[in-house]
Amino acid sequence: MNYFPDEVLEPVFDFITSHKDRNSVSLVCKSWFKIERYSRQRVFIGNCYSTCPERLIARFPGLKSLTLKGKPHFADFNLVPHDWGGFLYPWIEALAKSRIGLEELRLKRMVVSDESLELLSKSFVNFKSLVLVSCEGFTTDGLAAIAANCRFLRELDLQENEVDDHRGHWLSCFPESCTSLVSLNFACLKGEINLGALERLVARSPNLKSLRLNRAVPFDTLEKLLMQAPQLLDLGTGSYVPDPSSEAYNRLKSAIQRCKSIRSLSGFLEVNPRCMSAIYPICANLTFLNLSYAPGLSGNELTKLIQHCRKLQRLWILDYIGDKGLGVVASTCKELQELRVFPTDPLGAGNAAVTEEGLVLISAGCPKLNSLLYFCQQMTNAALITVAKNCPNFICFRLCILDPIKPDPVTNRPLDEGFGAIVESCEGLKRLSLSGLLSDQVFLYIGMYAKQLEMLSIAFAGDSDEGMLYVLNGCKKLRKLEIRDSPFGNAALLEDVGKYETMRSLWMSSCEVTLGGCKTLAEKMPSLSVEIINESQQMEFSLDDRTVDKMYLYRTLVGHRKDAPEFVWIL
Amino acid sequence: MAYEKDLNLEATELRLGLPGTSEESAEKQTSATLRSNKRALPDMNEGSVSGDNHSNVAAAKKCDQETASPTKAQVVGWPPIRSYRKNCLQPKKTEAETARIYVKVSMDGAPYLRKIDLKGYKGYPELLKALEDMFKFKVGEYSEREGYNGSEFVPTYEDKDGDWMLVGDVPWEMFTNSCKRLRIMKGSEARGLGCVV
Repeated sequence: MNYFPDEVLEPVFDFITSHKDRNSVSLVCKSWFKIERYSRQRVFIGNCYSTCPERLIARFPGLKSLTLKGKPHFADFNLVPHDWGGFLYPWIEALAKSRIGLEELRLKRMVVSDESLELLSKSFVNFKSLVLVSCEGFTTDGLAAIAANCRFLRELDLQENEVDDHRGHWLSCFPESCTSLVSLNFACLKGEINLGALERLVARSPNLKSLRLNRAVPFDTLEKLLMQAPQLLDLGTGSYVPDPSSEAYNRLKSAIQRCKSIRSLSGFLEVNPRCMSAIYPICANLTFLNLSYAPGLSGNELTKLIQHCRKLQRLWILDYIGDKGLGVVASTCKELQELRVFPTDPLGAGNAAVTEEGLVLISAGCPKLNSLLYFCQQMTNAALITVAKNCPNFICFRLCILDPIKPDPVTNRPLDEGFGAIVESCEGLKRLSLSGLLSDQVFLYIGMYAKQLEMLSIAFAGDSDEGMLYVLNGCKKLRKLEIRDSPFGNAALLEDVGKYETMRSLWMSSCEVTLGGCKTLAEKMPSLSVEIINESQQMEFSLDDRTVDKMYLYRTLVGHRKDAPEFVWIL
Repeated sequence: MAYEKDLNLEATELRLGLPGTSEESAEKQTSATLRSNKRALPDMNEGSVSGDNHSNVAAAKKCDQETASPTKAQVVGWPPIRSYRKNCLQPKKTEAETARIYVKVSMDGAPYLRKIDLKGYKGYPELLKALEDMFKFKVGEYSEREGYNGSEFVPTYEDKDGDWMLVGDVPWEMFTNSCKRLRIMKGSEARGLGCVV
């Protein structure tokens, strides 16, 4: 390796694109570290507090694409207070001052202010791509700045963000000279859109491949947009409530026939179920169908639609499809790799329309299934064992029984054996979420078999510290562990403190770790940041015996963060 | 949840009340949490979890089992669904409260009428299921051509113009805006509307 000059190694490294591989390459020797860092264009930071902008800029001067994640995963479920952290602004500020030519920014669970969006839009001439997932803190004013100032913008992708909608002039802020758009997704915006501006924008964007509209875009506009953009690969309708006797509906039917490239379909936020047949012509080529925000359909209409989708690889739906409907999916979608079934009624008294039967049918019909998110009424060990046998290729298995401590309804036993079968059979399993009645036994199985497991979510499970210890000791590749409402305490937490340095983060809430235990951990491991989130203000710092409400710890290169709010104690 | 198979004595029980009402539904919800002896769900108030009780969490919570059941649906952060999704699929409380549409529902042969809030349902399947449960009957299979096939019960409604219409023909929103009252027709009368029994 010493015989090759840098110029030879650089192009070789260009072929190495995955973050993991690049990280490994940089550890080989000093010379490789140097070459790698100068040639690195894409950086992924899974926890924005594990490092700081200055270190990023210093190490990777050629940075073009940055991915940042902020709040812990359980923030999605309201377990983390709003102002906990994850602010984008300091990153943009630092990057703007540097010579970095940022082109792409992908954020997840970050707090993004309008100021940061404005600064972003003005600081990087070649900025091309902004993807925001599950973020908050910005308004349509920030989007207006992006539209107005990013002259070469290709991608604006907003997924499931909480945006304060000041009612749309932002779309009109795309200048007439902007013709570079490839992807535009504003489905999560709640407010009105300037429809004329939208139509003109699409008309002058010949490279537009992905378009996802919000609820405020009516059917008539959809029809016009499709006429302008038959080259689309990915379509998200807004509202789909045509008048079946109208000319517009007929025009849509012919426009759809011309859209031969659509492979991905979503939306139908409001829908006239009688008019879904217009969509059938594009179903044959669909690889991704997301109807998880379409409560207006019935199980029958959904099933009828799916029967046309023989090439589906990914399917996201609501549980009104029912077990029988899942049977139809199983017999139709032989290429299915990913299935997500969400509850139609998230706050209902746990009356999901799917049970273990639907899942068994899917597993029997779709042997390529490798990723599952399944909200259901109940699950049995027998079903899970069958699923494990039918589908040994699971990489991601997330099961959510709506009653989180429900046992196997047939045997009244915990679901230990069922999940045990899953981890034993699926040797490549990287992500697992458990639910249902579970004892320490399930963790014994996880520690024994889940050798590739990287992320584990536990809720209302286990009997004792043993459970957590099985996992910490057995899962060598564990990166993220999140636990709520389970009886794990200091003994488990403190048994192997070095383990946490090999992980990105650990979350424990409503468990039995005490303040004293957390303090001990923080003392022993200065390379970790141990945060106590103390909303109720009931805890006094001196009372070590008190159990901690919420603890979040993560490894970090830069010590304690300076932007923590009052209710967060960093030990 | 395992229920003992009973002799269905309820069917022959004499009591006051509209056919179809029962105490079963209330039972279903409370027995769910009592059934499990492992761990009860935490109290609604998250703040009190780390409160005065220093002892074993599971033991402490066992005492709360009896009172935990009504809060089952309100455990913070459960089911684990992004708030964005929850807000999309579940309209905010205040909106729903101000927009209630109560209509009378009559069924041929029943001694008195009921009232339901049309805004409480997201679509026809939910509404029909609720009516079926309320009056203990079943509608047939709906098709645009033939109406409801396979049952002597047909759901109809009176619209703004005073006409009696078949439930299910127009989009849901259009229906809720124009429906003044509902009537579940039975038997020979229903045939007049095109129902084939």
